[in-house]
Amino acid sequence: MTRLISKQGWVLGLLAFLALLFVLTTVIQPDFGISGLDSLSRATLPFAFATAGMAVVVIAGGIDLSVASMMAVAGVSAAVLMDGAGGGGTVLAVVGVLAIGLAMGAINGAAIVYTRVPDIVVTLAMLFVWEGVALLILKAPGGAATPWLRELIVGNVIFPWLPRSFVFLVVCVAVIWIPLSRSRLGLSIYAIGSNELAAYRSGVSVGLTRIAAYAVCGLFAALGGLTLTMSTGIGEPIPGPYLMASVAAVVLGGVVLGGGRGALLGPIIAVFILRLVRMDLTLASVDPNVTTIVEGTIMVVVVMLGGVLAMKGRKT
Amino acid sequence: MTTERETAPMGTRIARFLGDYPLIPLIVLLFALIGVLEFMRPGIFNERWIGNTVKFAIPLAMLAACQTLTMLTGGIDLSAAVAATISAFVMATQVQLVGVPMAIVIGLLPAIAIGLVNGFGVAFCRVHPLIMTLGTGLIGTGCLQVYQRFVIATGSVIPDSLSWLGTGRTWGFPNALVLFVPFAILLIWGQRRTGFGRLLYALGSNETAARISGVRGWQVYLALYALSGLIAGVSGLLYVGLIKAPSLSLVNPLLLPSVAAAVIGGTSIFGGRGGYSGTIVGALILTVLGTLLTLLQMPEGARRILFGLIILAVTTIYIRLTDQR
Repeated sequence: MTRLISKQGWVLGLLAFLALLFVLTTVIQPDFGISGLDSLSRATLPFAFATAGMAVVVIAGGIDLSVASMMAVAGVSAAVLMDGAGGGGTVLAVVGVLAIGLAMGAINGAAIVYTRVPDIVVTLAMLFVWEGVALLILKAPGGAATPWLRELIVGNVIFPWLPRSFVFLVVCVAVIWIPLSRSRLGLSIYAIGSNELAAYRSGVSVGLTRIAAYAVCGLFAALGGLTLTMSTGIGEPIPGPYLMASVAAVVLGGVVLGGGRGALLGPIIAVFILRLVRMDLTLASVDPNVTTIVEGTIMVVVVMLGGVLAMKGRKT
Repeated sequence: MTTERETAPMGTRIARFLGDYPLIPLIVLLFALIGVLEFMRPGIFNERWIGNTVKFAIPLAMLAACQTLTMLTGGIDLSAAVAATISAFVMATQVQLVGVPMAIVIGLLPAIAIGLVNGFGVAFCRVHPLIMTLGTGLIGTGCLQVYQRFVIATGSVIPDSLSWLGTGRTWGFPNALVLFVPFAILLIWGQRRTGFGRLLYALGSNETAARISGVRGWQVYLALYALSGLIAGVSGLLYVGLIKAPSLSLVNPLLLPSVAAAVIGGTSIFGGRGGYSGTIVGALILTVLGTLLTLLQMPEGARRILFGLIILAVTTIYIRLTDQR
C-alpha cells in the first residue's frame, strides 16, 4: 500500500512539476497558447515513443541502446514505402513499418536470449546493424510522407487547446500498453524484471517474455520513426538524439533501472517536462547550448536525489 | 584429478585450456583477420601498415582503458569520450594564451572534474554508472559548447610535442608507444598486483562481500572514476595530436568502439572478470577490422552492419569459450 502511494506520488509530483512549468511558460511568454502547445506536443512525439519503448525493456530488466537506430530504420522505410503511394498503399506502408519494428525488436530480444551475451553489448552491436540497415535503405534524407497521414498529427481536435499529436500519442500508447499491462504477458514482463529466477520458477517462460518485451520496444520505436517521417515529410537515415533522451526520461519517470517497477505514465510525463524545459529556455532566449547543460543537470540531480531517497528508504 | 583431466574429451580440454588462457583465441582472431587482409590485398602487411594500425589503435585502447577499469567494478564510463574531447579542445585553445605545459594541465582538469562528479554520484548517491556518466557526458558537451563561444576568436593550436607523439615515428615505431607502453605496463601491473587493482575486482565480483570485509567502497569509486577521467583526458590529447583538428565531437565516434574493445577483450560488463591485456588486443582487432571493412567494396551501410554483427559474434563465441557470464 505504501509502495503504491509512493509510486503514484512520484507521478503526481511529476505532474505538479509539469503544471508549474506550464505556468512558468506563460509567465515568460504571455503569447504562449494553442500554437505553442501544438508545436510542443509535435516535437515531443518521437521522444515520447522512444521513451515508451525504452521503458518497456527497462521494466523487463534490460536496456535497449539501439532504439534510436531502429527509429531511423522505421523512418526511412516509411518514407520509401509512402513515396508515391495512394490511400491503400499508405495504410499498407504503415502496417509494414509497424511489422518491421516488431521484427527488429524481436531480433534484438532473440539475440540476447540465444547468445547469452549481456543486453547492453547485444543492443550496442545491433545499434551499428540497424544504423547500417537504415543507410542501405536510404543513403541520404529523402522519400515522402502521405499528406493525409500528416494531418493526423497537425492541428487540434474537439477543443482548440487539444493538439492532435497529443491525442495520437495517448491513443497509440493506450492501445498498446493498457491491454498489455493487464495481460499475462505484461505480468510476466514485470516478473522477469523484478526477479528472473523467481519468475522462472513460477513458470514464466523467461526467454519468450524477454523477446516479447524487446518486440514491444521495437513497435514503439517504429511508431517513433513513423511520426518523425510524418512531421518532417522525409526519411532521415542518421539516428537522432533519442537514445540519451529516452534513458533520461525513463529514469526521471520513476522506472527503476534494473527492472520490475514503474509504468509508462511517469516516463511520458517526464518527456514532456524535459521538452518543455528546453522550450522555456529557448523562449527565455537562453543560449541553446546552456539548455544542454540544464537538461543534463536536471537529469543528474534527479537521479542522485532518487538514489539518496532509495537508500534512506532501505535503511528505515 | 589428473586422470580425469586426461580422459576428458578433446573439446572439453580445449575449452578448459582456452578458459585458462583467454588471450589466446583473441590473438588467433587478430592474426586471422590480418591473414584475410593480406589475402585480399597482397603486400599490405608491411612495416608501414603495422605502424599506422598501431597508431590508430592506441587512442582507442587508452579510451577503452576507462571502460575496462570501470567495468571491473560492474560500471561503465560513457562520459569518457566527452572528457577526452574537452581536454583536447581546451588544451588546443589555451596554448596561445598560457603556453603548452600549462595548457595541458588546464585541459586535463575538466576531465578529472567530470570523473570526480561521476565518482561522487556512483559512490554516495548509488546512481547506476550508466545513467550517471550519460548525464555528466551531456553536461560536459553543453559546457564545451558554451566554452567554445568564448574562445572562438583565439583559434586553436596543436603543440608540436603532441603531434610528434600522435603521428611521428622513430625507427619505424609510432612515437605514441613512448606513452602507451609504460601506460599499459602500469595498468596491467596495477590491476593484478596493487591493492587498488584488487579492490576493483573485489567490488565487481561481490560488492556486499567486499564491503563486509572492510573495503570502503566510496573511496575506491571516487578514485576509480577520477582516474578514468584522467585517462580519458590523456587519450584525448593524444588523439588530437593524431587527428590535428580539434572539434566539438572529436573523440565521440570512439565511444562505442571503446566499449566494444573492452567487451571483445573479455572484460565482463557485470564486473569482476577481465583485464586490460585483453582490451589492447580488442582495440587492435577493431582497428584491423575497420581497415578490412574499408577495403571491401561495400556501401557504408553494409559495412556498419558487418561491424555490428562481428562484434556480436566475437563476444558470443568468446563468452561460450570461456564460459563466463
